Parts: sequence; C-alpha cells; structure tokens
Amino acid sequence: MSIAPVQTILNPELQSNGTLAIEARDLNLFYGNFRAVKDVNLSIERQKITAIIGPSGCGKSTMLRSFNRMNELVPSARTEGEVLFHGQNIYAPQVDPVAVRRYIGMVFQKPNPFPKSIYENIAWGAKINGFKGSKAGMDNLVEESLRGAALWDEVHDKLQDSGLSLSGGQQQRLCIARTIAIKPDIILMDEPCSALDPIATLKIEDLMRELSKFYTIIIVTHNMQQAARVSDYTAFFTMDPDRAGYLMEFGETDTIFTNPREKVTEDYITGRFG
Amino acid sequence: MREPTPLSDNRGDASKAPQLAADGDGASQGNIPRRNRLGKIWRSVFLASTVIGIIALTLLMFNITNGSLGYMAVEYEIEPESLVVDGVPVENLPSEALVKILEDNLTRNRFRTLDRQTPMQERTQAELVSLVYDNVIEPKVLMTWPLIDSLLREDEIRQEVSREYPKAELFFKVWFTQDLWTSPQSSNPLLAGVRTAILGSLWIIFITILFALPVGTGAAIYLEEYAHDTWINRTIQTNINNLAGVPSIIYGMLGLAVFVRAMSVITSGALFNIPDATPDNGRTILSAGLTLALLILPVVIINAQEALRAVPNSLREASYGLGATKWQTIWAHVLPNSLAGIMTGAILSISRAFGETAPLVVIGASTYITFDPQNIFSKFTALPIQIYQWTARPQAEFHNLAAAAILVLLILQLSINAIAIILRNRYSRRLV
Repeated sequence: MSIAPVQTILNPELQSNGTLAIEARDLNLFYGNFRAVKDVNLSIERQKITAIIGPSGCGKSTMLRSFNRMNELVPSARTEGEVLFHGQNIYAPQVDPVAVRRYIGMVFQKPNPFPKSIYENIAWGAKINGFKGSKAGMDNLVEESLRGAALWDEVHDKLQDSGLSLSGGQQQRLCIARTIAIKPDIILMDEPCSALDPIATLKIEDLMRELSKFYTIIIVTHNMQQAARVSDYTAFFTMDPDRAGYLMEFGETDTIFTNPREKVTEDYITGRFG
Repeated sequence: MREPTPLSDNRGDASKAPQLAADGDGASQGNIPRRNRLGKIWRSVFLASTVIGIIALTLLMFNITNGSLGYMAVEYEIEPESLVVDGVPVENLPSEALVKILEDNLTRNRFRTLDRQTPMQERTQAELVSLVYDNVIEPKVLMTWPLIDSLLREDEIRQEVSREYPKAELFFKVWFTQDLWTSPQSSNPLLAGVRTAILGSLWIIFITILFALPVGTGAAIYLEEYAHDTWINRTIQTNINNLAGVPSIIYGMLGLAVFVRAMSVITSGALFNIPDATPDNGRTILSAGLTLALLILPVVIINAQEALRAVPNSLREASYGLGATKWQTIWAHVLPNSLAGIMTGAILSISRAFGETAPLVVIGASTYITFDPQNIFSKFTALPIQIYQWTARPQAEFHNLAAAAILVLLILQLSINAIAIILRNRYSRRLV
C-alpha cells in the first residue's frame, strides 16, 4: 500500500494543510456477538489533541484501538465501517495492519518499555522499520527522540541502563520517545497518566502540548480535569441500554466543558454520574 | 464472643475502646488466638512435608553410599605377591615381563589362542595387565559387606572369613573409583566399569536434546502465538496434555515399532553406508535418542507454552504498536523473555530422559557391550540399563558396582543440570 508522506519532527509545516488526520465513518466494533461501539462518526483534526472521555465500559479504549487496528490482537474482535487515514480506509483488505501501526503509534496505560537498554528501546523500532543510517545517525535519532519526549536531560548519561530502571513517569516518557522515534503521523494514548503520580502526570501533559505542534494526538482519559487542561477537542462517549458505547457529543473542549449540548454530558463532567 | 460495637459508640469513652492486648480474658480477644493456632498447625504440616522429603533423600544417599564401600573377601588362583619382580607389582611391570608371566603360567594352547586373537607384541601394557588378572591371578570375589557392617562388625567379618575361606584375603574396597569411570564393561566385577554406558548415555541425550528442544519450542510457539482458538487446535492441545502423562514404556513400544523396525533402514545407518550396519537392526543410539525425545516432547511443549504465556501481553502490544510484524515481535521480545522458562522446563525434561530405563529396555539396548559407541548408528548401552542389569545379577559384588554406578549417574545428571542452568542464566534476559 502507499500511504501519504509522513512529517518528521523537523518539518511540521507538512501537516498544516487544515485537513483531517483520521476519520471514523459508521464505525461498529464487536467482540464476538457483543457490540462494544455503535455507529460512531468522528473526525480528528490534525495537530490537535482530541480527548475521548466517558464512563467505564463505554468503549473508549476499543474506539482508540480501532484507529491503528490494535483491536485485531483480540481474536474475537470484528470491525464494521471505515476508518479513513489520508483518505484511505485502513480496514480495506489490501492494507497491512503492520503498515498502519507504523504510522499511527500508541502509548499504553501502563508504561511498558522493553526490558532492554534505554538506547535499544528507541533504536529497535527504527531498526525494524528499515532504518538505514550509520551508528552516528542512530545516536542522533535516539537523542532527538529523547529530547522530543523531554527525557534526554535525565537519561543522557545512562543510555545503556535498562529501560525498566527508570521511574514510572520516566518510563512513560521513554515509551513516548520510542513512539516518536519512528516518526508516526498520529499518537494514540490510552490513559497514559493513570499509573502516574500528579507531578509525572503534569510532565506528560506538558509534553503532550509540546508534541501537538507536530503530531495529532488522541487521548483516552478518565480524568476530566486532564481532558479539560490538555485537549483541544473532546469526544464524550456513553452507553445505550444494551451496553453498546456510542458517541454522545463531540466538540471543542471549551464548549463541551462549559456549555454542553446534552444533559448527559453535563451530568457526567460535573460528576453526577460515571 | 464480644458483640461488635459501632465505632461511633466508642468515641470519647475509654472503657469501651477496643481491647488490643491480651488481658487473660480470652473472650475479649475474639477468635484471633484460634486463627493463629490454626495457622501454626498448618505451618507444622508443611514443615513435616519438607522433613519427610529430606529424610527420603538422606535414606537414598545413605543406601547408595552403604553399597559402594565396604569389606570384600577375595580368593586368588595365584597370589599377586608371588608375581612381584624385584619389588615391582604386577600393575607396573613392563610388557615383556607380563608376557613372560603369561607364558609361564598358562597352558601352551591357551597362550597360543590368546596370541592368535591379538599378537602379544601388539597389546598395550594395560591390556596385558588385565590379561594377567583374568587368566593368571584370577581373583574371585567370595563375599562383600556393606559399609555399615564393615565399620561396626569388623572383627566378626574377619573371624568369618578366616573360618569359612582360609585362603581368602580381606580388603576394604571402594567401588566408586576412577577405574569405574574409565573401564569398559566386564564380567569380572573387579575390572568392570561404566565407561561404555556413560558414553552411550551422553550420545543418546545429545540426540534427544537436538530433536526435542527445537521441535518442542517450535510447537509451543505455534500453539501459543499463531494458532487460533479452533476446535482442531483445542483437540491438539488436549492430546499433548494427555501424552505428557503416558507411561514411558509405551513410548518404548512406539520407538520399537517406528524407529527400530519401520525406519530401520535409516536408524541402522544402512542408508548412509555406515560400515557394519545391518539394515534390519535399528537398535542404535539414534533410535534411542529419538524415542526419548518423543517421550519428553509433550512436557517440553507444555513447559515452553507456560513460559511464553508468562510474557506480559503489554510487551507484545508495545512491539505491535511500533509497527513490528508478528515474527519480529516473537523473535525480539517474546522469545528472549521466555527463554529462561523454556530452558528450565527443558532441563527438567532432559534430566528425566537421562535416567529413563524402561523405553530403552523395550527398544533393545544391549546389556553387555564392551566397545565404545563410534557414531549415532552404534549399538549402545546406557547408564540406567547398566545399573538395572547389575542389580538383577545374583552376585552381591555386582550390587556394590550398581551402587557405585548410581553415584556416577547422579554426578553426571547434576553436572548436566548445572551446565544447563549456567548457560540459561548467562544467555537469557530477565524482566528487570
């Protein structure tokens, strides 16, 4: 398959043509016979942070994982509808999920660095994706990625230490560095701060703001304040009576949090349910 | 028992505060002492289990040691002292002197027969010494005593020997010697060793590892990482689990039918033009190694599956999230992080195969064989077979030999385990 060119950390202008980064159309997601997500139409703006919020079990993570076909790792998962990435449906039969994930990276709830050195954690993704540079080129990429994830100053003198020797917040930033090292288009974040303390959370949030200058970020969060602080757009998911999640309301974060259209949204963000 | 009081009632009322320390009044303690007693009882039960295990091991070691040392009464046809030349004992005499002893003490016919088998000049000094022992000195073990008797009833033993066998000599014999390791099989218990059996066992286990480890790990990777949860895969999985419990002798019969008989052209080496190969006799090291490999394969697979399953899914997701293919994920993350577990299972299985006897008996290990195995198509014997054969003999001295051979088996098994564990710890990465 051919996928449109991907920006690097160095040329952000490539992105700013005002179009959408990724778009879900009539998306239905199933686990076996259970419909987890129902009839979602959602457009994600480029180089913005979009937060997905909603009560537990409403299909937020499932929705997020459908954006890079991570759902398929669950054997019973099934997808109906389209997800358009640069105009192409990533669920089209000729599309290889490996190529999709190479352009749409992911940061997980629990920091999961590889049990390798910090250097290797970052270099590995580039290597398997056909990095053809010299040793110095790789050193540069590692430094650039660690700087991009605001981790370089803390780890530059211990690049050969195990990635698991870092603190939780550092590990999560290492995972972000690992993701941006392969220069993706979109970064998906599945509750990236839920395992971190408030200070580490703040660092990640600052980093997300920084990264959104170059990348499109979609974040699932349980933390309403976080969504309000960090995101440009917010998608509120909730469940219908047969427990299928659907998109209740989508709009600019300011609107959603100050003047929601729906009563349910207001109840949720003011803490009256969920 | 005390009624549970709502906490709000206790506020500011010291007399109603919960009683924490024992004050002789058991009732105020609720059922905590009873719960603690129960815990102590279980602790003693678990301690007892450990002690029983240790006692069993100690008895085993005691039994083996008891058999491998002790007094032995030997009678000679000709006293070795009478053959000493200029104060040099028989073992150290030069070849010429040994040939002369043979000439002097054997009948002409017997000497000529031996000479015709292999000319005396071509025999080494060591071979001549054993020839002298076998044909001239002819030591005969009359009786042996275990270590405990030898230590506690020494005087009685001496009296018994001088009364019953006036011509016999009494030695304190250590059966576990260097000669035991290096001598081939012999019908004379004083000369017999386990060298052929050790080599046979090592060759067999080599074949077993070569076959069972890659095949077992490969099958585990397929079942764990690739296979979908379908009816047929569940059936395969159930069958593997059941095969792990099949008695080893059944595998012996399988090996006999498949490797020794059906595939005899291959396993005998006839297909590969191995000299001395008989196409219809597949009773070779290759057959034995493959049979033992089949025996341990289910356990290797199950253990490797467990190890693969222990690799956290978050690691696989991290890898896929970077655009890795399934194989890249398995090779770079799943395998390195499960290697220690896979190896642990393999080591335990290989130890088991090393001591396995029944299947080798069924596929027809040679019980008496004096030449070293040359290649995988050689006829063979193995240590457990040798031990089994010695314990089955009526003469007590072979039982002593068997005890010493068990020590050899244990030492070899421990060394193989130790090497495997060192390799595992060295080449496997841990999740730290």
